[in-house]
Amino acid sequence: MASGMKKGIRVLLNIVIILVILVYMLPVIYDGITSLKPWNAIFKVPPTFKFKPTVGSYIRLFYATIDYPVGKEPSPAEVAQMSWKDRVTWENTNQQTSGLGFGLRRFINSLIISIASTFFSVLFGTLTAYAVSRFDFGGKEDIMFVILSTRFLPPIVVTIPLFLFYRYLGLTDSHLGLILLYVAFNISFATWVMRGFIDDIPVEYEEAAMVDGYTRLQAFRRIVIPQAATGIAATTVFCFIFSWNEYAFALMMTSRKAQTFPVFVQGIKGSLGIDWGAIAAGTFLFIIPVVIFTFLMRKYLLAGITFGAIRK
Amino acid sequence: MVDMVEVRGFRGLKNMSDKSVQRLFILPTIALLAVINIFPLFWSLRLSFTSFSVYEGGKPTWVGIQNYITVLSDAYYWRQFTTTTVYVIIVVTAELIIGFTLAYLLNQKFKAKSVYMTMLAIPMMMSPALVGALWKLIYNPNWGILNWVLGLGELDWIGDPKVNIYGVMIVDIWMWTPFMMLLSVAGLSAIPEYLYEAAEIDRASRWFKFMYITLPLCSPLLVIAVLFRSVEAFKTFDIAMGITGVGAISPQLLSLRLYEKAFYRWDTGLSCAIAYVLLFIVIGMSNLFIRYLNKVRQ
Repeated sequence: MASGMKKGIRVLLNIVIILVILVYMLPVIYDGITSLKPWNAIFKVPPTFKFKPTVGSYIRLFYATIDYPVGKEPSPAEVAQMSWKDRVTWENTNQQTSGLGFGLRRFINSLIISIASTFFSVLFGTLTAYAVSRFDFGGKEDIMFVILSTRFLPPIVVTIPLFLFYRYLGLTDSHLGLILLYVAFNISFATWVMRGFIDDIPVEYEEAAMVDGYTRLQAFRRIVIPQAATGIAATTVFCFIFSWNEYAFALMMTSRKAQTFPVFVQGIKGSLGIDWGAIAAGTFLFIIPVVIFTFLMRKYLLAGITFGAIRK
Repeated sequence: MVDMVEVRGFRGLKNMSDKSVQRLFILPTIALLAVINIFPLFWSLRLSFTSFSVYEGGKPTWVGIQNYITVLSDAYYWRQFTTTTVYVIIVVTAELIIGFTLAYLLNQKFKAKSVYMTMLAIPMMMSPALVGALWKLIYNPNWGILNWVLGLGELDWIGDPKVNIYGVMIVDIWMWTPFMMLLSVAGLSAIPEYLYEAAEIDRASRWFKFMYITLPLCSPLLVIAVLFRSVEAFKTFDIAMGITGVGAISPQLLSLRLYEKAFYRWDTGLSCAIAYVLLFIVIGMSNLFIRYLNKVRQ
């Protein structure tokens, strides 16, 4: 790898890389553009860039609109009377929409479930990581091995019996049920990654503190946690993203009350079939937090994907 | 390991002994995993030896290894196994080659390197199910942008059983090549410069440098990348559900069939048997992965 490169080649390489990234991101860019298209423009072939952007798709996602059966379209006077939301949807989609508008509740479900499960998995994961990092006990590596194996279980293997179990306990289609499930699956990841970060904190600080009279718990709280703060932040972000994106468990264990956003967007249908605009809108909207968090935690991407093994 | 100052005995919550702290800290994790992960596995095992349908209710009736015989001998299931395996091989190989090549090209000193890599990391951080939904837009045979750009007419990426598995493959490759790329970059950047310089002094060829310095030193990370992706690709579910859903036209991937059997046909006993076979395969592969991961942790 020659590190002394002519400036011209370097600029060229930068341009090539940016082009590669643009091409790679095309699906996402296309998604964003489509989400802003009025209904008819979505289906135009060849695809058109000349359209008047509208937020109709986003509105349909979150807000159920009135049905206008064929033959009963509103008169111009009625259209003028409509609320802004209804008017935009009518003018730009010209469709009946039904069954939509639940997006908001699903979005909130996703938020609640992701935040709650992230909190507990990071909490328990950090505690366990500390214990494994600082103490020696029989079967320590074996326990870590088993903990990580649970992360690889195919969801379906676990959900068939869990479905019965939850039904017995009344936990199907409940926030608590899904949160428990997510915590269980994130905890292995959190434990491994936090163990890596805690291993990097020298033991001497705690030893000195305990010589000075601090208890083990105090040393943990006042010394280890602050030093592990960035590791905890990174772990939190990754656990959140995992819960946020999760689909299989939510699909199998929830239906109406606790359904999360990915499951909802998957099956969006208007009365004229699949509501492509809303799907584009929902998909694009959902990515935004992920992009922000990924960017914030970019220094820890490698630690995240290698379960804490590499913390450059 | 603190042996200078060891706190013994239990003296109340504030003054807990090391042993108590240790147990307290590990307990929630172990308890949760036991209830949510381990316990269902045993229940599933028991169910796999019965013919039972959640829908029909009643008591499970023992049928011994009947379900397993069905799964392991019926040609229909073998087709799922082979198709899924071929899927994994194609997808992981493509991701490895493309990802490593990208990393090799990116292995220069750029000012904006971390920005570039973060942007390329976005596809793999997205929800797989929603990535599938997004690509359903692109793949649409009538007005999808892909067919128009490539001039493929009305090739049905979604509904044509001969084609849609390649559709799923493309999406998987699109999503996970950045993963391979990131790990390759990590591996490549860890190779010390002096090794290359020493080789140059001995007038080694580019090929030689690549084969005997670059590849061997990168291989631990590449191996864990390949193992990890293989396990995950074998379990492919979200992406395929996003694009094709289950049903007659869906690709012959194991997880899809399993979901169909369990939640559409409600053939619980048989599903558990299929699930267990899948489990064995996955546990075997992830076993290798974790061992290698421990090695890399040095």
